Amino acid sequence: MIDTLILTLDATMRVSTPLIFAAFAGMFSERSGVVDISLEGKMLAAAFTAAAVAYLTNSAWLGLGAAIMVSVSLAMLHGVACVTFRGNQVVSGVAINILAAGLTMTLGLSWFKQGGQTPQLTDAARFSIIEFPGAEMMRDVPVIGGIYSEMLSGHNIFVYLAFLVVPFSWWLLFRTRFGLRLRAVGENPKAVDTAGISVHRMRYAALLCAGILCGFAGAYISSAQNAQFVRDMTAGQGFIALAALIFGKWRPLPVLGACLLFGFLDAVAVRLQGVEIPGLGKAPIQLIEALPYILTVVLLAGFFGKAVAPKAIGLPYVKER
Amino acid sequence: MKGLDRNLPTWVNVGLLPLLNVVTALLISAVVFWLIDVNPLEAAEILLYGAFGYQEGIGFTLYYTTNFIFTGLAVAIAFHVGLFNIGGEGQAYIGGLGVGLLCLALDASVPGPVLLLLSTLAAALFGAAWAFIPGWLQAYRGSHIVITTIMFNFLASSLMVYLMVNVLREPGQMAPQSRALAETAWLPFMHDLFAAIGIEFERSPLNISLFLALLCAFGAWVFIWKTKWGYEIRTVGSNQQAAVYAGIKPARVMLLAMAISGALAGFVGVNEINGVQHRLLLDFHYGYGFAGIAVALMGRNHPIGIVLAALLFGALYQGGAELAFEMSNVNRDIVVVMQGLVILFCGALEFLYKPLIANMFKEKTA
Repeated sequence: MIDTLILTLDATMRVSTPLIFAAFAGMFSERSGVVDISLEGKMLAAAFTAAAVAYLTNSAWLGLGAAIMVSVSLAMLHGVACVTFRGNQVVSGVAINILAAGLTMTLGLSWFKQGGQTPQLTDAARFSIIEFPGAEMMRDVPVIGGIYSEMLSGHNIFVYLAFLVVPFSWWLLFRTRFGLRLRAVGENPKAVDTAGISVHRMRYAALLCAGILCGFAGAYISSAQNAQFVRDMTAGQGFIALAALIFGKWRPLPVLGACLLFGFLDAVAVRLQGVEIPGLGKAPIQLIEALPYILTVVLLAGFFGKAVAPKAIGLPYVKER
Repeated sequence: MKGLDRNLPTWVNVGLLPLLNVVTALLISAVVFWLIDVNPLEAAEILLYGAFGYQEGIGFTLYYTTNFIFTGLAVAIAFHVGLFNIGGEGQAYIGGLGVGLLCLALDASVPGPVLLLLSTLAAALFGAAWAFIPGWLQAYRGSHIVITTIMFNFLASSLMVYLMVNVLREPGQMAPQSRALAETAWLPFMHDLFAAIGIEFERSPLNISLFLALLCAFGAWVFIWKTKWGYEIRTVGSNQQAAVYAGIKPARVMLLAMAISGALAGFVGVNEINGVQHRLLLDFHYGYGFAGIAVALMGRNHPIGIVLAALLFGALYQGGAELAFEMSNVNRDIVVVMQGLVILFCGALEFLYKPLIANMFKEKTA
């Protein structure tokens, strides 16, 4: 029983990683007042780029760098459309999602001729697993050994990075002048403008952070968790991350909690595939998978707690002349 | 209308600026073709031939067009009340579920015409219900409709997988499909209609739901511009506060618009289940809901524009299939790229050229 739990938690760590990166990407963007439903598209484009570049250069790190660059360019496109030209932020997000889905497949097919997939990455072109010191030795110790050597040790660098992103983002957003301004731009851009700070520049900076984090999320999926890019690889994880961001009410610790909860549900659903539960029959996997969406809708409806979005979210800022 | 500049003449606002946006989207598509080593002109030729060059191609083009008219109108009606319904995907799926459930229950006992009428109603009702909930949550609980409709797309797909795998699957079959529907539940194909009056037309999935789509487009025009409800919808969409002072209840108007929007998206189920598939299955709706956003934006939320944009997208879908067949290094996803570019330039970047054009006109008048 304990072993099953530890294995499920181990899977939770792996599944939650891209959710954490993407949800915090969304936090930067949305805290600055820019709706970001294009987390999914940025992740997808980054996943494709990471796999393609890692395959061509045989270096996972170059793949990561390229993934971040592509993800940031998409974030800047979002900025041009809805910060500079004051277009609809949701429409721009939809456009980026669809563009990413189409371009990854089109370019993938044309470059690699494998029906849109990228070739399998060798171990050298992937991010490898980090074993904690003494993990092998600890393995046989009951409970603590399992937690140390299964759950905590033996992940790739992204998993640990994701858990560092949380305190770092908290510090950046809530303990620095930059963060204060960023959040202020999302609540009351006019006040920030009056103080002589460029609203547009702050929003671009927020989108830059979002782009970088989505780059990490995408590279993790294709060059660490897996070893190639396949069609529609992100499979809605960007939207789950968006749900986690809202479920965590745009605050770092609750958002981390939501990512872990949603990751845990996913891990449980995978574990229960085809399992008969006494008295219930087949495990209702679809219901467990749908729970993140149901919970988010219920929360948004205000039936428990209230999710209050940044005040100026979705509104382009027009400087008065 | 939002975003129109009163200092510019009408032909610039509704003619030149949208045209420039479409042309930009097409030009960038040409660059993408060039990037994957395909001559854009040659590609356009194959695309056009595939879409309009022979009878079967025309049939497929119009069959896709039918779906795009439904989802395009759905997005447009919601836009008119100021809401962004990106749940067309889920509403179309659930609309099809309504058709499937009704036909599976009644196709043995109810005569054809009645069954088809009831299916159409079921599609509308199920689609409307799936849009009504997010609409209600927006109107009365303030939950953002974009987020809830995204969530409802995923919920629709989880629900369908559950039902198809566990409840509706034909006994003894591996594939998650229902049994085939009785022929009473089939909509007449166009080629059969033509054959009945002595004209030979190649077989294609095109069926009479195209007429339903055109009827919906006309109905939407009457509804939005010629009825009291349409007036209320446009008023709430352009200025909610003014609407309140005029004695309109915005919450109710939003619910009405969302229900109609969902019903229109649900009609995709009629074309797909009654018209083509003749059984309930997974993913018959895939992509039409999102394409509806591009269609509505390109058609400027006007039924005539939407029918034309739907025809263009129908041609792209069918022509894209031809292209994938003819050229080994292209697949149909190139059409998805073009769709994304249309949404980007006709939607998100719709004001791209406005400052430039506005400047040109200012200089002229000064």
